[in-house]
Amino acid sequence: MWHVYNLISIGDQLKASTIRRVQNESSTGTVDSQRVRLTLTITVENIDFDPQGGLLRIRGRIISENRYVKMGTYHTIELESNRNFTLIKPEWDIIALERVNEACDVTKQADVAAVVLHEGLANVCLVTQNMTIVRQRIEHPIPRKRKGSVTNYEKGLQKFFDQVMQSIMRHINFEIVKVVILASPGFVKDQCFEYIFAEAVKQDIRQLIENKSKFVLIHCSSGHKHALQEVLQDPSIQKQLSDTKYAQEVLTLERFFKMLNDEPDRAYYGWDHVRKAGERGAIGTLLLSDELFRAADIPTRKKYIKLVESVRAIGGKVLIFSSLHVSGEQLNQLTGVAAILNFPLPDIEEEEEEEENGQEAVVE
Amino acid sequence: MEALNFDLENTSSSKKVVIQESKLSPKISSKHKRINVLEEYKKRSTNKVALNLVVVGHVDAGKSTLMGHLLYLLGEVNEKTMKKYERDSSKIGKSSFAYAWVLDETGEERSRGITMDVAINKFETEHRRFTLLDAPGHRDFIPNMISGAAQADVAILVVDATTGEFEAGFEANGQTKEHALLIRSLGVQQLIVTINKLDVVNWSQDRYNEIITKLNPFLNQAGFKKDKVVYIPCSGLTGENLLKRSQNILEWYSGPTLIQQIDKFEPPTRLLDKPFRLSVSDFFKGGIGSMGGITVAGKIEAGTIQIGENVMVVPGGEQGVVKGLETNDESSKWAAAGDSILMTLTGLDIIQLKVGSILCSVSHPVPVTSHILAQIIVFDVKVPITKGFPVILHRQSLNEPATITKLVAILDKSTGEIMKKNPRCLPKVSSAIVEIKLNNRPIPLETYKENKELGRIMLRKGGETVAAGIIIDVSKS
Ligand SMILES: Nc1nc2c(ncn2[C@@H]2O[C@H](COP(=O)(O)OP(=O)(O)OP(=O)(O)O)[C@@H](O)[C@H]2O)c(=O)[nH]1
Ligand SMILES: [Mg+2]
Repeated sequence: MWHVYNLISIGDQLKASTIRRVQNESSTGTVDSQRVRLTLTITVENIDFDPQGGLLRIRGRIISENRYVKMGTYHTIELESNRNFTLIKPEWDIIALERVNEACDVTKQADVAAVVLHEGLANVCLVTQNMTIVRQRIEHPIPRKRKGSVTNYEKGLQKFFDQVMQSIMRHINFEIVKVVILASPGFVKDQCFEYIFAEAVKQDIRQLIENKSKFVLIHCSSGHKHALQEVLQDPSIQKQLSDTKYAQEVLTLERFFKMLNDEPDRAYYGWDHVRKAGERGAIGTLLLSDELFRAADIPTRKKYIKLVESVRAIGGKVLIFSSLHVSGEQLNQLTGVAAILNFPLPDIEEEEEEEENGQEAVVE
Repeated sequence: MEALNFDLENTSSSKKVVIQESKLSPKISSKHKRINVLEEYKKRSTNKVALNLVVVGHVDAGKSTLMGHLLYLLGEVNEKTMKKYERDSSKIGKSSFAYAWVLDETGEERSRGITMDVAINKFETEHRRFTLLDAPGHRDFIPNMISGAAQADVAILVVDATTGEFEAGFEANGQTKEHALLIRSLGVQQLIVTINKLDVVNWSQDRYNEIITKLNPFLNQAGFKKDKVVYIPCSGLTGENLLKRSQNILEWYSGPTLIQQIDKFEPPTRLLDKPFRLSVSDFFKGGIGSMGGITVAGKIEAGTIQIGENVMVVPGGEQGVVKGLETNDESSKWAAAGDSILMTLTGLDIIQLKVGSILCSVSHPVPVTSHILAQIIVFDVKVPITKGFPVILHRQSLNEPATITKLVAILDKSTGEIMKKNPRCLPKVSSAIVEIKLNNRPIPLETYKENKELGRIMLRKGGETVAAGIIIDVSKS
């Protein structure tokens, strides 16, 4: 559904089977309303995505003749997995076509479950090809150790681990998920792992016992969601995910920041800077967020596509980040567009400074 | 590394206590006789002043052993308990950790021989009463270390004199520097550095001097004034130079013992006349003694409190009534800024509390915000800070995910003047003004100007401290 979400843009025509409430006025004047299944075509005006339910809501004006509804009235079509639909675009550009190819390639699906935790906080996440979904955030206060008394602390910790275990059983489908990562600072992950499998044996939970080999323990710095990025950077995880797109995204973003640190003249972000670098044929790797394409009108979309094509023409790499992953989220925050250059362009920033000079504002 | 010029005031040795009936005094239910807390505070301080002391340093530097031994020598740990620790620790092959067991109390800490969370204890010297906070050294537990250090007025930095070990702790990946910078950023100005484990290097004066030569310039740069840092040679394991010195050892040293130096720590100015604030570092069901209710632990950051008063929990806004107070294991009818206390509350649902919540005066609640303007000092970071940089924001025991949403300006480190507006990124050891947004929820924060304690933040990412700072504005929206 994520691909579909990214594929449909405002102005496209969408044809799908849908349900609409229609009112009938009978000859006697009584009005009754009834739900009918129809096939409608609309011009897309608004798209909503619910990642939890995997549901798309697309609203627009009806443009197909029908005996139940008038042309030009509004309708919302809901799409979910396994529903057929027809999408007509004024123009299928390269980004859209690549999206279709990617969506059709099932070998690229590598579903991973990851639990990042520290004492008292856990985020139970699913990492799919295109998004990271937090299935549950567990916050369970654990009394701290006190002079002469650690029982409250130890009991609290057990209860917390129990909640993590319940959440894993509820939210992780072991038939799909190949790896379950437990990640934490210190020894929390080890203690949690021990607790889960001691309980699994005690309560004879086959679901867990049979999948014990799927569990991997990784170090990370906290139980906050962003620690997932550290987990995905871990060499042992990278090995398992090496050919997946999001593993690439994580690595590329890391490479960008490293470059910004080591050779700041070879790493730029923000449309103006990146455009300038593009014009001079300097871009080796272009990082773009899919959000730029989704929200964009056609001219804006074209502007990015021109950049993509020009980078590819000189042999550069282009990576479109999914904004539903943590690395994509971060790229979004970083204006959504960034570039690693093949050679330094120190004057890009200077040009800007010159433009800015003269409008000194005072910061309090 | 750069001096953190955040301290607008210096430590005053004259402990100016503002004796003035506070306009902010909340109502008290009539069955309690109202106490003039400021009078009482003054009386208590003429006897022995209370201070909070945090012990920090690289993992395995010997912090817990040193303090455990000190507590034992001071009679805070009885003979029988100490004997038991010796027996039990040697049973699991950890006999060298017997003194550390005084502070490392959880099963996990003892079996691994590592402190994981701050242990709180107390002791007295000739002129002072101390709440002792023994921090963990391991980098993974820095959030706990920050929670402890945020409660501290003064600190002991423990370094291991063993060949190679001091160096390991002092390197980029070691915690000696990170801890020192953190406590300084948290407002600690007075520091004792114990050059520990000197027994291992034959009490070598050369080694002692060598370490000081390396450490001192760094500490000065980090913002510790020369006359506020004192070095003490010792061994936490043998107990040498804690309370006294044996003959023929440390003959080259004639300075004070550790306890003599601790007794010289000067009490900082307390925010007695500000509205009441307590940052919750822990809470649990049940009251002090056999009282009912719920109990909250934390340090009073500002104002005063007495039994019978109402307090408000922020965020949430629910209120509770103070039923009991305890400072350093002794019950009390009142407490004041600077005290690390236990407080029993009734009329409050435990669901309302979170670690990092603020208990505050009902008439002057603390603001809640999710968007702030801060002045920060960037640490020795591996990647530069950009717009969109995700961080964990630490304030006392609270830690919450946040994002640096705007780089407003880079400042000149010495003059504070703007050097560059809207920078692309903040390089290491720069000073800057940034906007920060909380990702999940608003949290209670105050400007540094309003409250020096609640106005300080630490920003961490990937297990490293990337910046420390003060809050300039909480009303960015
Ligand atoms: N020889 C010698 N060994 C010491 C001394 N102080 C501590 N040790 C040993 O160093 C090891 C670590 O001591 P701890 O007191 O646990 O160190 P710590 O700094 O509290 O460690 P963390 O809290 O985990 O960071 C133990 O084996 C101690 O016996 C000392 O003065 N001399
Ligand atoms: Mg310790």
